[in-house]
Amino acid sequence: MNHDQARYGDDDRYEPLLSETGTKTVDVSEESPLPDGLTREELELPTSSEPELSRHYTRLSQMNWSVETGPYPLGSCTMKYNPSFTEDVAADPNAAVHPERSEETIQGTLELLAGLQDYLARIGGMDAVTLQPPAGAAGEFTGIHVAKAYHESRNDDRSEVIVPASAHGTNFASAAMAGYDVVELPSGEDGRVDLDALEAAVSEETAALMLTNPNTVGLFERDIVEISEMVHDAGGLLYYDGANLNALLGRARPGDMGFDVMHYNVHKTFATPHGGGGPGAGPVGVREELAEFLPRPRVREQDGQYELYDPERSIGKVHGYQGNWLVLVKAYAYIARLGDSGLEDASAKAVLNANYLAEQMEYDIPYGPFHHEFAATAGDRDAADVAKRMLDYGVHPPTTKWPEFVPEAMLTEPTEAEDKTSLDDLAAAFNGAISDSEEELANAPSKTTAQRIDQATAARNPRLSWHALDEQ
Amino acid sequence: MFETPDDRKYQESHEYATTDGEPVTVGISDFAQDELGDIVFVELPEAGDEMSQGEEFGVIESIKAVSDLYVPVSGVVSAVNDALFDQPELVNESPYDEGWMLKLEDVDDAELAELLTADEYSEQTE
Repeated sequence: MNHDQARYGDDDRYEPLLSETGTKTVDVSEESPLPDGLTREELELPTSSEPELSRHYTRLSQMNWSVETGPYPLGSCTMKYNPSFTEDVAADPNAAVHPERSEETIQGTLELLAGLQDYLARIGGMDAVTLQPPAGAAGEFTGIHVAKAYHESRNDDRSEVIVPASAHGTNFASAAMAGYDVVELPSGEDGRVDLDALEAAVSEETAALMLTNPNTVGLFERDIVEISEMVHDAGGLLYYDGANLNALLGRARPGDMGFDVMHYNVHKTFATPHGGGGPGAGPVGVREELAEFLPRPRVREQDGQYELYDPERSIGKVHGYQGNWLVLVKAYAYIARLGDSGLEDASAKAVLNANYLAEQMEYDIPYGPFHHEFAATAGDRDAADVAKRMLDYGVHPPTTKWPEFVPEAMLTEPTEAEDKTSLDDLAAAFNGAISDSEEELANAPSKTTAQRIDQATAARNPRLSWHALDEQ
Repeated sequence: MFETPDDRKYQESHEYATTDGEPVTVGISDFAQDELGDIVFVELPEAGDEMSQGEEFGVIESIKAVSDLYVPVSGVVSAVNDALFDQPELVNESPYDEGWMLKLEDVDDAELAELLTADEYSEQTE
């Protein structure tokens, strides 16, 4: 199967800007109520016909990689296919409800929110859930603030959050933004949490330990019960980063492992679009004792009616209204369509696919047994070059050079969505790229629309807006 | 393979300090710049800052990684290499000369004497 990208134009110009295909100057010097500094005498507008405009954007979209055009095994990111039916549900006119409408007239909206909260609570083993945070990292930020509010309510002043060295960068940032000192926990030799190192790190200053399970290289933290006891004995809380929840759906729950707070990455686990900075959702679940600190307003059912209310000790708002509503609708639709057995099947296939792919790959995989993702090593080849070369085989490469404790890491996560043919394509691309010549690697990618990027120049002289085009 | 001139001393985290009197010049080794790859950004302290051995004096960012820079000997910063702000690639091209980072005065000579010699440092990087 071939997933090559479309190519247009000559080598260094892929697609002209609309302004380069023809423009006309329009006089706009009419009286304006705006101050002079904000108005212009004339405007240059593109003159493309509607079909040409449509073709322009279609071509641009074909020059991009997406899970719609080929396998996308970006480890840790869980690039699931987003089933189209969830878009249909979100596009239903009944979903377009103004958030300022009175409670009696939006009972359906509130019921859906309450229903999603219940689904997520059940999936995570949590007692209460807020849907408000607008992204995974915003969920972390919210969750750590809830933990902080909990400690403060008990006049328990704590200054540190422990984060494993292999954790996502957002964990360090979220803890620091909440005002905590970050204590970094080195990985043990087997790639898991080192209990001795944790013992040394935990103290009466420990506000929380942030963990993902399975961890960044797909390993299940087998000592999670001991870990939980150590942190709780010191008075700290256990925070679950939901990044890898896709491996556990219907099989194990963070709440049952002793976690007190968690966030859900609905774009990973529940197949809503990855925001790319756009609207996302990072719901947060907590144990009962922490529920009163969740963002306001919250949704609840009272005597068959749904209503919004403000918990007295809430940390406040982290986003407008109930978060990014249409993203939540898609997550609800996905969970409802799959149901218990479908979700369980998704996690089983995610683990099976990762293990099948790994078996087909001629790479050393230093840590295992792994679940839904694994860190292969490119050995004496440069992982970034191998990844770029994989683009020439028509697949998207995995995450490279991370986590750092795996040399030349290629963190791979095919997800449950790929079938055997796609996995075989992926394995062929992995195996082809690693055995290609140094020259082929150094010049890769050669078949994509945009070829080898000069990363150093891009980082040293970034062009961050269209104004930079004028300076060419 | 890598240049490790013996007119200066080194510490394990790859910074060097010159030994031909004050001001002492500080930068990173040829080995370190090669490991980092193309350097795209350098952050340095201000002249006048007092620094102790082992303290972070700045940040270096390459297309591969972001790393902290550590002061090899205690002293007072008398100058920083402003050229690196516009031309961070000087660290790649000339780590021991044009790619220098700090000039230090009032340096602790005992600390300087304790640092690794060029031979000792080379062994570490083999």
